[in-house]
Amino acid sequence: MNLAIINFGSGNLHSVHKAFESVSSDLSNPYNIIVTNDPKEIQSADKIVLPGVGAFGDCKNAILNIEGLHASLEVSVIKNKVPFMGICVGMQLLADLSYEFGTHSGFGWIPGEVRRITSPKEYKIPHMGWNEITFSDHKLFDNCEQGSDFYFVHSFYFQNQKSEHSIATTKYPDQITAAVCKENICGTQFHPEKSHINGKKIIHNFLDWKP
Amino acid sequence: MLKKRIIPCLDVDNGRVVKGVNFIDLVDAGDPVEQAIIYNAEGADELCFLDITASSDNRDTLLEVVKKTAENCFIPLTVGGGVRNLEDISRLLHFGADKVSINTAAVDNIDLVAEAAKKYGSSTIVIAVDAKETAENQWKVFTHGGRKETNIDVVTYCNEVAKLGAGEILLTSMDRDGTKSGFDNKLLKAVTSKVNVPVIASGGVGNLSHLLDGILEGEASALLAASIFHFGEYSIGEVKRYLADNNIPVRI
Repeated sequence: MNLAIINFGSGNLHSVHKAFESVSSDLSNPYNIIVTNDPKEIQSADKIVLPGVGAFGDCKNAILNIEGLHASLEVSVIKNKVPFMGICVGMQLLADLSYEFGTHSGFGWIPGEVRRITSPKEYKIPHMGWNEITFSDHKLFDNCEQGSDFYFVHSFYFQNQKSEHSIATTKYPDQITAAVCKENICGTQFHPEKSHINGKKIIHNFLDWKP
Repeated sequence: MLKKRIIPCLDVDNGRVVKGVNFIDLVDAGDPVEQAIIYNAEGADELCFLDITASSDNRDTLLEVVKKTAENCFIPLTVGGGVRNLEDISRLLHFGADKVSINTAAVDNIDLVAEAAKKYGSSTIVIAVDAKETAENQWKVFTHGGRKETNIDVVTYCNEVAKLGAGEILLTSMDRDGTKSGFDNKLLKAVTSKVNVPVIASGGVGNLSHLLDGILEGEASALLAASIFHFGEYSIGEVKRYLADNNIPVRI
């Protein structure tokens, strides 16, 4: 089985790669993990991970600037229903649009918009650090405890149009989406690759996931 | 609820930990990777490496340390020391740092803050500020490892770098650093009350109540400490239990 981590120049590739490799190596059938932006490799992958840090518009443009990348993702994820996980901005990109530094369109795979967190002064922005999540019944959270802590760092959040697509939330200070899922497409606002043991559980569950 | 973060910091010189350690189960006490692994297992919320290698020729030794740490510790890793430009940041991120802290280079060229935040994301850019009280309730920014005084007001500077896109501020009190007399909570409060990004308190921790004061009086989002952990005075677990007993939200 091949797992493709999409390389569009995002800074946290190494962390994501190492975390997935570490979890996968404990499986009876480890994945062949490749970091790639080659449309052919992406289309032959059995699972796809899209990490992302930085501004929404910059990430989107970086993806569009790699020839065939966006199209190959559409074929794999939308047409062939390959299990997909977006992380942080990689998850926000699933939305219809974002208001970060202007208005940018996203992939439009999960309806909703990416908006700035509004909070009183004592809540610093970015929302940075370990915060607990409440999740609904979903494979991604197998063996996780309600109220477990995950590592977040973001100033914008995914406001889902349909509540059923939000499968986990955190509070800062309002309820904000911590994870999304629609069919074969999931994503986390937190960083599983930086969330120690809890994060490894999420990665393990994604590797195990058969939507 | 968002937790207050406890961040052990390791000073690294030529790829070796500078300050002594007493962990019994360490194979190599001077190996920063081994120490990082222990802190990770003990429940550190993040890790921080400060490269104090004098010669830039030897800076690459740190990259190997960063790489190995990132392969073994799945918590955020901040690396700083001698970061001069976008290439330096890019290299550290490529080797596995999650955040890069910039000190003197940001003072010399404030545009670097905006460029770095735009290119790598605010979440990646930590601005380290060395502050010294020069008149009552007035703090100035110092650079070059605290050797050079500038005329820049700390609160004004922190506000400026936050507006330019710094994701957080690592605020070190030079008056307190190494004294074990507690954080400069007046300095912390002056910054945390005016600046809207998280502030990491640094410099002066000697005991557990100092850590509590940094949160209650200084209103810091995170606490950085070196010697109290290195010399085995307190474990990360002890610190967290103490803070939890005092109703501070921590990750246990």
